[in-house]
Amino acid sequence: MKKGFPNHPYIPNSVPEIEREMLDFIGLESLDDLHKNVPDALLFKGEMDIPEAFGSEYELRRHVEELFSGDGDCKKYLNFLGAGCWQHYVPAICDEINSRGEFLTAYGGEAYNELGRFQSQFEYQSMVAELVGMDVVNVPAIDWPQAAATTCAMAHRKTGRPQIVLPAILDPEKRAIIENFGRATIEFVTVDCTEDGQIDIEDLKKKVGPQTAGVYFENPNYLGVIETRGAEISRIAHEAGAESLVGVDPITLGVLATPPEYGADIVCGELQPLGIHMNYGGGLAGFMATRDEEAYVNEYPSRLFGIAPTVEPGEYGFGDVAYDRTSFGDLREGGKEYVGTQAALWGLTAGVYLATMGPVGMEEVGQTCMQNARYAVKKLNEIKGVRANSAGGLFFKEFLVDFTATGKTVSEVNDLLLSEGIFGGKDVSAEFPHLGQQALYCVTEIHTQRDIDRLANVLARILA
Amino acid sequence: MKRIDRSKKVRTGFHQAKWDEPIIFELSTPGERGVSVPKANAAVAAAVGDGISDLPDHLKRKKRVNLPEISQNRVLRHYMRLSQMTLGADVNIEIGQGTCTMKYSPKVNEQLARLVADMHPLQDEDTVQGMLQMYYEMDLYMREISGLDKFTFQPGGGSQAIFLMASMVRGYFESIGEAEQRTEVITTLYSHPSDAAAPAVTGYDIVYVQPDPDTGLPDLEAFKAVCSEKTAAFMVANPEDTGLFNGHIKELVDYAHSVGALCCYDQANGNAVLGVARAKEAGFDMCHFNLHKTFSSPHGCSGPACGAAGVVEKLIPFLPVPSVEFDGKKYRLDCDAADEEYGVSKVRAFMGVAPVVLRAYCWIRMLGPNGLWQVTKTAVLNNNYLFKRMMSIPGISAYYEDGNNQRVEQCRYTMEQVTKDTGITSGDVQRRMMDFGMHFWTSHHPYYLPEPITLEPTESPSKKDIDEYVDTVAHIIQECYQTPDIVKTAPHRSTIHQVDERWMDDPDGWAITWKIYNRKYQ
Repeated sequence: MKKGFPNHPYIPNSVPEIEREMLDFIGLESLDDLHKNVPDALLFKGEMDIPEAFGSEYELRRHVEELFSGDGDCKKYLNFLGAGCWQHYVPAICDEINSRGEFLTAYGGEAYNELGRFQSQFEYQSMVAELVGMDVVNVPAIDWPQAAATTCAMAHRKTGRPQIVLPAILDPEKRAIIENFGRATIEFVTVDCTEDGQIDIEDLKKKVGPQTAGVYFENPNYLGVIETRGAEISRIAHEAGAESLVGVDPITLGVLATPPEYGADIVCGELQPLGIHMNYGGGLAGFMATRDEEAYVNEYPSRLFGIAPTVEPGEYGFGDVAYDRTSFGDLREGGKEYVGTQAALWGLTAGVYLATMGPVGMEEVGQTCMQNARYAVKKLNEIKGVRANSAGGLFFKEFLVDFTATGKTVSEVNDLLLSEGIFGGKDVSAEFPHLGQQALYCVTEIHTQRDIDRLANVLARILA
Repeated sequence: MKRIDRSKKVRTGFHQAKWDEPIIFELSTPGERGVSVPKANAAVAAAVGDGISDLPDHLKRKKRVNLPEISQNRVLRHYMRLSQMTLGADVNIEIGQGTCTMKYSPKVNEQLARLVADMHPLQDEDTVQGMLQMYYEMDLYMREISGLDKFTFQPGGGSQAIFLMASMVRGYFESIGEAEQRTEVITTLYSHPSDAAAPAVTGYDIVYVQPDPDTGLPDLEAFKAVCSEKTAAFMVANPEDTGLFNGHIKELVDYAHSVGALCCYDQANGNAVLGVARAKEAGFDMCHFNLHKTFSSPHGCSGPACGAAGVVEKLIPFLPVPSVEFDGKKYRLDCDAADEEYGVSKVRAFMGVAPVVLRAYCWIRMLGPNGLWQVTKTAVLNNNYLFKRMMSIPGISAYYEDGNNQRVEQCRYTMEQVTKDTGITSGDVQRRMMDFGMHFWTSHHPYYLPEPITLEPTESPSKKDIDEYVDTVAHIIQECYQTPDIVKTAPHRSTIHQVDERWMDDPDGWAITWKIYNRKYQ
């Protein structure tokens, strides 16, 4: 059986002469003498059924490019999908920075050899803190669902109470992640939503009590609706001694009020809209944010980078704040949750995005999203049988489109749109059966009037 | 001209880039813009107004976001400078981050990974057949590498994969009515802290099986003492972070099975065993690999990442969904195999981090089965070469040298003798390494071994690289005895000098954002 791959470009010491020299140095005859402590019964004696290596880097490139050549993406297709991963414009500078090999291949060094990593994460934390109106932001979590799961767990630990209230309108996958994460210690209670998609205040009053650790709601929520009664929700939570927990899409916050303005104690959300490509969902990264109070800071499971002086006057240094609260500290499983590799490069990227957009850019992008989305609603409502945002709630960039009266299912409509080169909105008819045949559409600053008119024209034609 | 003498082995002339770059807020000049943003066109605005007026006052942002206002060129320069002050694996000889498998991340993979940048995770299956084929084939490759029966690529990191394994353990025992009885997860001191911390989140009590003082590995007797009908799972790395492979692992696994427990293999250290030893032959029920470590996807300052988790046949219903299936013509996303009541269903949104999976796919395809075996053999050869050289440095030693142990892909050394002799700690030497453009990692906390140094060369460095690395360590250890102050006060030629960390644990002093720094230190 042929083993080994001499002179492989990624393996310098696969050069046979060097390999021999090194084996001689350590007093072994052959590579087989390595793994001495793996007993014969554990040695793998078969062959892995994996294709033989490509003969060249060029062949690999051709193979992968051909593999993906038949796939579509949101440049080839006109895209109206959102639902947790959204198409926004990614300034070129974001890609330029996050593809720098120095950042791309750094990992867990110290503030000396990786100062740029520490400073860029500190700056990302600082800029997101400004955006969401909080004091403290973590080094990114895996995604918004995980950040929301941790937000609930933080409230549970801080209050010592067992229950978290979740809204009826919530991405079912996010709910599954939150509940799987928390269920060893947390009891999840669902609060109804009203017909216009907001939290049902009367039901909330019934659901909140002395057992409640926190009330989690989103703004805008999964179906795109802006919650107008956030202050009342927070007041109800606070009067019961519970925390107000708010999930946000941060790209809204150039124009929308920050969650602390309506009483939020812990904010979380998704960084992907901030300069990160969708990457088939791989661009997601979560964040949490709180006030700078010890009781909150001590509940973060994540690393928190803080600024500090060095022994040299005038020099900025950085370090880990309250490291021992994490599972990397001496307490291991006695620390808060667990910490590990998550999504730091996307935090860095979100920082580049916010620094590039600045205060005016964030306001403008918010405004353009709101205008384009409203225009889309207006155009779609001109189509017979189609009702966009029929419940009439306030929205930012996402809204429901009801096809029930057209006699076609969302699935049928989306198939027809696909054949016209359009990704229609996400079909939510299975997730929320009582809503009928509805799809969640996303319209952002990347959509032109022509794009929206094209959608409307194609829909009018295929539904006629 | 006189010939320039370059005979020195150690980079005494190194100096890292030091830009003295301000914090980004300090670069702000009112009115500067970094990018122009798409605006709604006039017809749209005429049709719907300004958009924002729809909002009631209490929902409008009151003041513009306090972000810096910076021209694009200056933003770019800022981050370019920060990148230059970051010694990623592309820049330095990355031997020093033991347990992290800092191997070379091929650039072609990086370019190819960007092919999927603008794909939406909810695109119709017909438009992602290439993507799904890639996922499907990766599943097949990982099955070959591990011997297990099905993989998911949903977890966004190794720790999340461990959390998934613990969640599947919980689901499995709930499904057979033993959840109440099985309350404990066993792990070892030298497995990753998440092997303890993540199962704790799922509600398990954590029990440690102690290592034998001579071999550094738990033996069957020690294992029997902690493993019982209360045990839900044994969660263990092999090799452990000491670089020691437990040849008796199957005895432990078999014993755990005999009391009804499951066995979960943390293969974060999988670079030690590709094509040599597999989860299947050792009897494990589950395992996970870090595609951002063993399979070359770059670490990205700590993510995005992927913990690929695999299971044996009987546990497939507990894997998160969807999986990718193939009917001979078409690839499709499938939820059918999942146990609706006890399956985990989801730990991360959508399909995990596709670019990371794709980079790992590219890497496997450039190596093939022989190359994967070569990766491991060279990584272990490199480590044993490094080990012999390191052990020849006076004051450096390693625990558990019982005359039989041969390290696999890494080793946790100790410099306790140097510390006894000079008072200089491994933390001091770590800082001094940075004066030579290098780095090492000490150990996870707490330090079970004193004054630790954990090194893992991987297959990526050349012999010359390893020699330079060891020569640098030897040079610094010599300094510890001859010129100790230069080590104690290091770094001197790095980006910054010693950080005064007094405020890091002080709620009144710490400053996690620029806003708080300005509030506390006016």
